[in-house]
Amino acid sequence: MHTLRFPAVLLTLALVVIGTGPGRSVDTLTWPAAARAGTADDAVERGAYLVAAMGCGDCHTPLKMGANGPERDAQHFLAGHPASLEMPDAPELGAGPWMGVMSATMTAWSGPWGVAFAANLTPDPATGLGAWSEDEFVATVRSGRHRGRGREILPPMPMTILDSLTDDDLSAVFAYLQSLPPVVNAVPSPRPPRV
Amino acid sequence: MTVRNLRYILFASITFGFACLLGAMLLAAARAMAASPVAPPELLSQTGLYADIARGEIAADHLFYSPQYPLWSDGASKRRWIYLPAGTAIDASRPDRWEFPVGTRLYKEFALGRRVETRMLERQADGSWAFATYVWDEDGREARRAPARGRRGLLEVEPGVPWDVPGQYECLACHGDRSAPVLGFSALQLSPDRDPLAPHAEPAAGLLLDDLIAQGRIRGLLGASPDWPAVRAASAAERALRGYLHANCGGCHNAAGSLRDLGLRLDRATATDLLDPRIAERLATREPARQMPPLGTHLVDAEVLALLGAWRDGREPQISLHR
Repeated sequence: MHTLRFPAVLLTLALVVIGTGPGRSVDTLTWPAAARAGTADDAVERGAYLVAAMGCGDCHTPLKMGANGPERDAQHFLAGHPASLEMPDAPELGAGPWMGVMSATMTAWSGPWGVAFAANLTPDPATGLGAWSEDEFVATVRSGRHRGRGREILPPMPMTILDSLTDDDLSAVFAYLQSLPPVVNAVPSPRPPRV
Repeated sequence: MTVRNLRYILFASITFGFACLLGAMLLAAARAMAASPVAPPELLSQTGLYADIARGEIAADHLFYSPQYPLWSDGASKRRWIYLPAGTAIDASRPDRWEFPVGTRLYKEFALGRRVETRMLERQADGSWAFATYVWDEDGREARRAPARGRRGLLEVEPGVPWDVPGQYECLACHGDRSAPVLGFSALQLSPDRDPLAPHAEPAAGLLLDDLIAQGRIRGLLGASPDWPAVRAASAAERALRGYLHANCGGCHNAAGSLRDLGLRLDRATATDLLDPRIAERLATREPARQMPPLGTHLVDAEVLALLGAWRDGREPQISLHR
């Protein structure tokens, strides 16, 4: 019955198009589908999930004493060590298995590396990551150096966790960080180890 | 269901199968294309630098050159060569952004007594650059490509001071800026007007700008000025110091690269920059989070600090002994 010829041809064409699908969209086969940063909104959402799951706020959002005990300071969400908090010299621990000292805010960390202060990850251009490009963020993570070119990122920043992310996931983390409200907070420079 | 309809369905199924095969082939081709550029070879003898590596004979098409303001590298002796594919020329029409032909290779050998490393950059067809470093065997007969993460503490420069072989990311830290991947091969660095006070200047000059022009290996150089490029300074010491900052700092601290927002223009350092205490502070420390440059050295450059001190105090600078 020739009336079925047209639908059959159409079916064939449709199947050809579907069949070549895997060759046309290369990257869908490389990462798991859930990780693909599709639209800009998807990336921010995925980034928010990753940042929450990796616990970035544990060091980059200062802890403060609330009515019911320690709580995260929401006004400084991911804004790093508060500039207004002047840290005295950390206690010396001497030789022995205890290695490090941290501030009550959990944003300043003293150890054999000297003192490191948690960075401002909000997109403020002068004091945060506002002037950074995504390339620089990825280069920082992959190289372990500030903006991919400068000094090494100091302990206790767990770079291996971030470095284990796929490029798409790092991109999502950056998109999320850039979507946050910018907070002006000039985190102090690291201190060298005391001689 | 007629026989004719079944035939159509069979035809459609076979066509679908072929389409999937086509898709898989397209995917493989796309992956293969993405996999190029070609990775640098595993052995230095395979790069073309040496006509006879065991005898240390450099290939005739690899041209020796020596920038007048060398980078401080903890006192290592350095030799450099450039290979330009036959019939090609550098496009120098943008003064701060020379375009090198596809297939250009630049090499830099580091020696501490014996040869330790030879580093290489190669311009790829897609415009990117590939980086590799080759670590010399102790017997000096071959050099082998270092692992992608490099090797820290390969040997000692002096007791307690390690020599670190860079990994890919260390190469990119200095050479990864798309605006200027090639450092130390430029109009100023190859100018025939060579600075007699340049710290750590190497004795032999090799290929210079006038050689490149005579050999037809460079095009588009602005020829308006009759003078060769040089740092025009009020004194010999100021000239040498500003040239030093150009070479050691200007690769990152310039107006065109990824760090332009920092506002430091040390590729065109001025006398005012020399007076900035931050410059002296960063030069005088090798504390890892403070030293500048941030990587590549464990020793302070005492010669440049002495020159800086002499210039600031208005004392007569010592002529460099490294001739």
